[in-house]
This record gives sequence, C-alpha cells and structure tokens, in this order.
Amino acid sequence: MSRARGTGESLKNFPLFGLVSALVFAFLYVPLVFVVGYSFNSNRVVTIWKGFSLDWYVDVLTNDDIQRALMNSLRVAVVATILSVVLATGLAIGLLRMARSGRTFAWSLIMAPLIIPEIVFAIGTLALFVQVRFPLGVEAITLAHTAFCIPFALLPIRARLRGVDLAVYEAAADLGAHEWTIFRRITLPLLMPGIVAGALLAFIISLDDFLVSYFLAGAGGTTLPVYIFGMIRNAITPGVNALSTLLLLASVIIVTLSYIITRRKR
Amino acid sequence: MSTTEAPRRRRRGGRAGQGSWWAGAPGLVFLIALVLAPLVIIVIYSFLNRAKLGVGVKWTFTVQPYVELFYSESLSGEKSFDPVYLQILLNSALYSLVTALVCLALSVPIAIWIATRPARWRTALVFLVTIPFWTSLLIRTYAWVIILNDNGPINGALTGVGLLQQPIPMLYTPFATTVGLVYSFLPFMILPIYASAERFDFRLAEAAYDLGATRLTVLWRIVMPAIRPGVIAGLILVFIPALGSYLAPELLGGGKTSMIANVIAAQFGASRNWPLGAALSVMVLVITMLVLVAFAVVTRRSSRDGNRQQLESFL
Amino acid sequence: MSAESALSIREVTKTFPTPEGGEVRALDSVSLEVADGSFTVLLGPSGCGKTTLLRCIAGLESPDSGEIDLKGQRIDDVPVWKRRVNTVFQSYALFPHMTVAQNIAFGLEMDKLPKAQIQQKVGAALEMVRLSDLGARRPSQLSGGQQQRVALARALAKEPEVLLLDEPLSALDLKLRRGMQMELKRLQRETSITFVLVTHDQDEAMSMGDLVAVFDSGRIVQVGPPREVYLSPRTRFVADFIGEANLLEGAAAGGRIDIPGFGDVADEAMSAGSAPPQDGPVIVAVRPENVVLRPDPTGNGTIVDATFIGGDLHVEVAVGDTLLSVRQGGPGSEALAVGALVRVGFAPGSARIVEP
Repeated sequence: MSRARGTGESLKNFPLFGLVSALVFAFLYVPLVFVVGYSFNSNRVVTIWKGFSLDWYVDVLTNDDIQRALMNSLRVAVVATILSVVLATGLAIGLLRMARSGRTFAWSLIMAPLIIPEIVFAIGTLALFVQVRFPLGVEAITLAHTAFCIPFALLPIRARLRGVDLAVYEAAADLGAHEWTIFRRITLPLLMPGIVAGALLAFIISLDDFLVSYFLAGAGGTTLPVYIFGMIRNAITPGVNALSTLLLLASVIIVTLSYIITRRKR
Repeated sequence: MSTTEAPRRRRRGGRAGQGSWWAGAPGLVFLIALVLAPLVIIVIYSFLNRAKLGVGVKWTFTVQPYVELFYSESLSGEKSFDPVYLQILLNSALYSLVTALVCLALSVPIAIWIATRPARWRTALVFLVTIPFWTSLLIRTYAWVIILNDNGPINGALTGVGLLQQPIPMLYTPFATTVGLVYSFLPFMILPIYASAERFDFRLAEAAYDLGATRLTVLWRIVMPAIRPGVIAGLILVFIPALGSYLAPELLGGGKTSMIANVIAAQFGASRNWPLGAALSVMVLVITMLVLVAFAVVTRRSSRDGNRQQLESFL
Repeated sequence: MSAESALSIREVTKTFPTPEGGEVRALDSVSLEVADGSFTVLLGPSGCGKTTLLRCIAGLESPDSGEIDLKGQRIDDVPVWKRRVNTVFQSYALFPHMTVAQNIAFGLEMDKLPKAQIQQKVGAALEMVRLSDLGARRPSQLSGGQQQRVALARALAKEPEVLLLDEPLSALDLKLRRGMQMELKRLQRETSITFVLVTHDQDEAMSMGDLVAVFDSGRIVQVGPPREVYLSPRTRFVADFIGEANLLEGAAAGGRIDIPGFGDVADEAMSAGSAPPQDGPVIVAVRPENVVLRPDPTGNGTIVDATFIGGDLHVEVAVGDTLLSVRQGGPGSEALAVGALVRVGFAPGSARIVEP
C-alpha cells in the first residue's frame, strides 16, 4: 500500500483500510471455523485435538433428546414461518392503504421486536402467557416467534410490492377481474419471490432463536438451541460443535437461497 | 411522464385492485396481542407485589420494586441505600458503549473499503458480512468459549511456541464478555455505515484531493461527514441490543460480569421476584427510549424511519 | 344524435383533494358525444383533466356528478370489471409474471369463455398486432413497441364497445411513434371499434383523430374535426396550443378592427367564420404561415431574426413592441435579411378573432 498520492483508483484507497478489513473478516469467520473444525475431534475435550472422527455427528443424531428438540424446533419454525408470512403479506398490502397515523402505529408495532432488547420481549411474553394461563411449550414459543418473524418476513414482501406498477392492478380490474381474483392471479404471483425470501428469513430467525424459547419452553418445549445451551452449561463435548455445525450449515444454506431469490431479476 | 393528471399518491379506499387496509388487520391484532400486550404487562407487573409462593405476582399495587432498585432491606427490616441494581444497569450501559465504540472503530475502515471495491465484488463482500448476522447467536457466543478457553487455540498457540509458561485466563472475564458482544453485533455497525458509504460520491474526494487535501483530511473532512447517518444508525443498532444481552455475559463472563439481562432473567427464574424483574425491564425500556429520542434529536429526523431504512438496506 | 353515440358524457365533474387540504377540480362539468366507430382524441396539456375523464369512462375513478352512458346505457355506477370498455395504459401495465399469450387470455378468462374459444381469440389478437411468433415470451423480453402492441391486443381481444388509450405512444421514440400512429389508425378501421385516445401531443391528435376535443383546466374548450380546430380556433388557448399562432391585441369599433402598429385590418384578411366583432378589445390570431412580408423601406416591420429550418425560412419580425413569427417558403426570401424593413400583412381569410 503506497503512501504516495497515486492517481485514479488508488486515490480511493486509504492506508491500512485493506489490512483492517482483512482482519475484520478473519475476526468474523475464524471463530466459526473453530466451531466446525473441532466438531470432527475424536477427543472428549473439545479443544485438545486427538484425531479426526465423525463419531460426534453419529452421537448427536442418534440421541433421543436431541431428536425431540430438533422436532420441536422444526415444528415451531414451520408454523411460525407460515403464520408470519401470511400476516406479513396482509400487513404489506394493508400498510399501503392505511392513513398516515395508522401506518405509523403499525410500523412501530411491526418493528418493535427488532428494537426492544430481546430479554424484555422474552420475559414480557412469559408474563403474558402466565397471566392468561396459556400453557408454556411449543405453542407458546410458536406464537412469540411469529411476532418477531413478522418484520423479517415483511421487508422482502414490501420491497417487492412497492416495485409493482400500480396500473397493473387497474389493468386487471379493467379486464374484468374482481378484488379477490386480482389478489390470486396478479398480486400473489408478483409477490411470490418476496414471500419465499421472507419465509426463508423467518424460518432461520425462528430456528436460531434461543432467549425467547428458553423462557417459554416450559416442560416439553425444549428447542435445539435451548438444548445446546444446556449442553454448553453442563459438559462441553465436540457433540456441541457437531450440532452447532449442522445448525450453522442450515442457516448459511437458507440465507444464501433467500439472497439468490431476492437478487434474481424478474 | 408528467402527463398523468390523476394523482399518483395513495388514496384510501379508491383505486381498483390494490386491496384495502383491512388486509393488515389480522397482523395488527396479532401484534397488539403479542408485542404491545407483553410490554403493557411488564409495566403493570412492575407496580405489583411479588407472589408469596411460586411464580407470578400478587395483584396489589406497590412501588416496592422501584424502591428495591435503590434500597436493600436487611433481615431485620432495616432499609439502607444500596443501588446495586442501578450499578449493574450502569455497568451494562458501559459495556454496551464500549462495544459500540469498538464496533465503530472496526467498521469504518471495512465499510469504506467495501464501498470502494468494484460493484460485482461489493455485493459478495456485503453478503459475507451479513452471513454471521443470520447464524445463531448462541453458537457464535459458544465459539468464543472454545477460543478463549485455557486449553483453547489462543492459549494453546502461545504456550506452544513458548511465549507463555502458563495459559492466561481469558474466559469468564470482562474482556471475554466484551469480545463476545463485539462479535455478536459487529454486522449491525458495518452494514449501515456501508449503506451510507456506498451512496457517497467519491468524485467529491477527488475534488478534495484536487484542491490539495491529504488522505487524512479527505477521510476526516469529506468522507466521515458523509457517512455520519450510517454511523449514528450503527451506534443505535449496536448499543440497544448489547444493553439487553444475555448470552455473552452468561457464557463468557461467568458469574463475575453479570449484565442487566442476566439479573432480569434471574428474577424470573431462581429469585422468583417478578415485579423486580419487571421494574428492571422497565428501566431497560426507558434507557432504550431515551437513546432513540436522543439520536432522533441528533439526526433531526425520525429515528424510526432511519432504522427502518438502514434495516431494509441489508435485508 | 345519441342513437349513434357510443359514449355520451354529460356534465361530469370530478374533484381531487390536494395534499394541502384544498380541492382541485380535474373535470368541470364536461360534456362530450363520441360517435360510434369514431376515433376521438382528447387533447390538452398535462393536468388539464383529459386522463381523469378517460379514467372516469373506464371506471377507475368515479365522477362526483354527471352521467356517462355507453350505447345508451348508464355506466357511471357500474364497477370497472363489468364495463364493456377496455383501456390501453400509458405504462402498458402488462402482467410481468405472465407470457404475452397469458396476458391476452387473462381478460377472456375473466369472461369465463371456453378454453378453445380463448385460444382462438388470443391467436387472432396476436395476428392482428403482428406478434404471432412472440406469444410465449415474457413482457420483459419485448421491445417497447412490442409491449405496446401486446397491451393493444390484450384490450382489443375483449372486443370492447369503446377502447380507451391513455397516452399510448408517449413512451416510444419518435420513429416508432409515427409507425404506431399508422398502426392504430389501421386497427381502428379494421375493428371499427370506437377509440378514445388521450394525448398532449397536438401532431398526434391532428394526424389520428376524426374528432378532437381540446381540454383546458378541466373543461372542454373546443370540439371538432382536426382541420376545423386548427383553422378556426375558438379561443386564445386553442389557437396557441394547437400549432403556432401570433396573438395580436387590438380594438374593434364599428365593425372595424384596429391593431396598434398594423392599422386597420382589411376585411378580406378576416376569416369567413368570424362573427362581426363587438366594440371593445379583441384578440386576433394569425398562423405564422399566413403572415405575408413584402420588402418595403417604409414598412411597419423590422426583421429581427431569420433562420432556415428544413426548407422553410423562419422569420421573427418586430412590429412596434410586438414580435411575430413568420414562416415563408421558397423564393423571395433573400430579401428578408436581418434588419430589413418590411410591410407586414395577413393572407386573405387567415386572421381570426378568438375568445380570450
């Protein structure tokens, strides 16, 4: 990196910024590399390497408790995704037609779960469910997840909706279509890429959540992250890494998919 | 273009086929029940007595939970000034502030660096920054449990090459908590700053060079003011979630560096003092609100809009 | 009259709220008869209300008051999807997720036609706009001109009583636009469907319309065949908006018109259609090609500017404080150098008194 004042492109480069950037990327990814790497350690002690082995994967995948936790996680994530996408689609359409004050109120509600510290949201929902005697467990977690999945589902849908030429709806009406037909034949297909992208994001957000699930799990609602948290607190083995690796893999694949769908041209 | 006389702005209930605001009604009802109601309940609980047995509250009004923030009561019933909870709150705010500032220092160079790459690289690099955001916070925090361990790779490497005789204890220290917090929230800083930097017209920098400015002057006087909105959004987006962090202090700080979230969690868990936990949560909410208002005043625009735009910029 | 009217619009008024809380009157008691099988053009500058009227006919807006009849049946309370009227939108509004053929079929499916019939009609519509090979394409894979044809085919496939076209050519470049004007005329002749077209381009209106309705600030100020509107503008606005016009302020007294700098205007210069003027101030409109210049050292005008554009000589002449545009073709133009003195006159029957 030359300190002399260069010409053209090099004028955009500030000293050391490239180096710092490389270090920051390393900082972001090296820890994850360690998580993945040690998942193949045959030793019981995570950080003391003994040899390559896939035993921990076999171990965690055949564990009944983990399978139960995984099933809980999937049930929550699938239902929360569907609920949040349906509600978010309605909200995206409704928001465009609301008066200004209603829109401001709705936006505050939608965005609140992203702004409020998660611990407050977690204990708030816990208090709510206990107060109204709604049993803790998978259903309670699902409802709470739906609330904070809505903004993630909404943003790609809304972006898509705003890209639609309003005259397209008028053209459909002009050609003889009713409101519901317009929604089914025009609006929904046009929004579909946004809906899929939003659903994928909602799914990982739900799948990865720990804190809210932890408070609402009750007796039978242990999800995968809650189970992993227990493992970390009790006895850390490369099994934790193996599970974590699988969860990481799921997240990366799903985000990449969502990213591809969003960027793809119409 | 200018020939369409019919007003383009949205009108309620008018245009064919665009649906109606009723489409948003189920979502709104849901959010009122599961976002607004929990917040209201927290505020109500903070003014109630604790239940004598088991979980929950006793429905009698009191300000006792707020008194407990300032005074502690001995077994004999004597009250003494002891703002231990406020101290933890202050402590948490300090952690969050340090976290935000460290994130800022790391993010400005990388955000500007990415923004100055060719377009086809930029999207890929931004995506690389986003991926950690979408992975489990629990796993990302756990990663540092491994790394900072006495037997972990850092200590292992240092003792291995003979730089250290004994491993330095790093896990369960304030340092570990801070590293964990920075690691958790770094993308929240990089992305908004990048969003601002990307919009910056680097011909302005060229003009400044042309007028005889040095790189440092260009950076400080031309680029930094341009990315200020991103910096401010980033500070909010890091500070607020850091303030409510549970996992980093829990897993990396051990018992030594509790933050407010751990104390709140304890009130709803082992300590069984829901009203106190609710009062502490109200304090967290108040701080959150103050921060948002302060930044809104600083930026002289609706911080909600700002946040939303920033968020949308990386979704 | 109304028996052969495809559309009759009676005293339609429409106001919109402004963001400041006021109201703007987009249509102010507009009445218009559109003859069956005609090509009617609504012409006016942007914001004059012409698109609003089109949207009221389509059912995309509802008038505050007044009545719209389609083939003698009142339609202003019929919802948009039931009106036998179809629109070609300015942005084309093709459905991006459907192929060209699916776009055209959409309206026919709404009519619940049998599949075979839909297929046949889609084929016919594609053929009509000469896009038979492109039925399987997506709109995004078509050029602007092709998209325009799809929009036309989609609306025409429903065989509407009236086809509404909202600035259909404004997104095309000049060359394509000329071609599409011809194409639209051809389609209108072949289908003998009533066309109502909105445009702000007077050339387009002149070359396409059987009937032109000129809009100004929410009102129709003149209706007539293009030639009549051009030759006999009724108001100052029409004279100025359609073609170019020199608008001269003068005074009438006892049937004679005096314009400062010109003196009395000879009777033979006034157009036959002009009614004898009332005493008082008048505005006289003269087209640039009807101003006659004769080199004359004692003349009342001075050439200020002279430029050849195409084959024509464009001249600016100062008469007193007034500047006139003059267009002269062919010989005799050498003498019209800048600074030359000329006698300014009007071609017989070309000057016209217009309403202010």
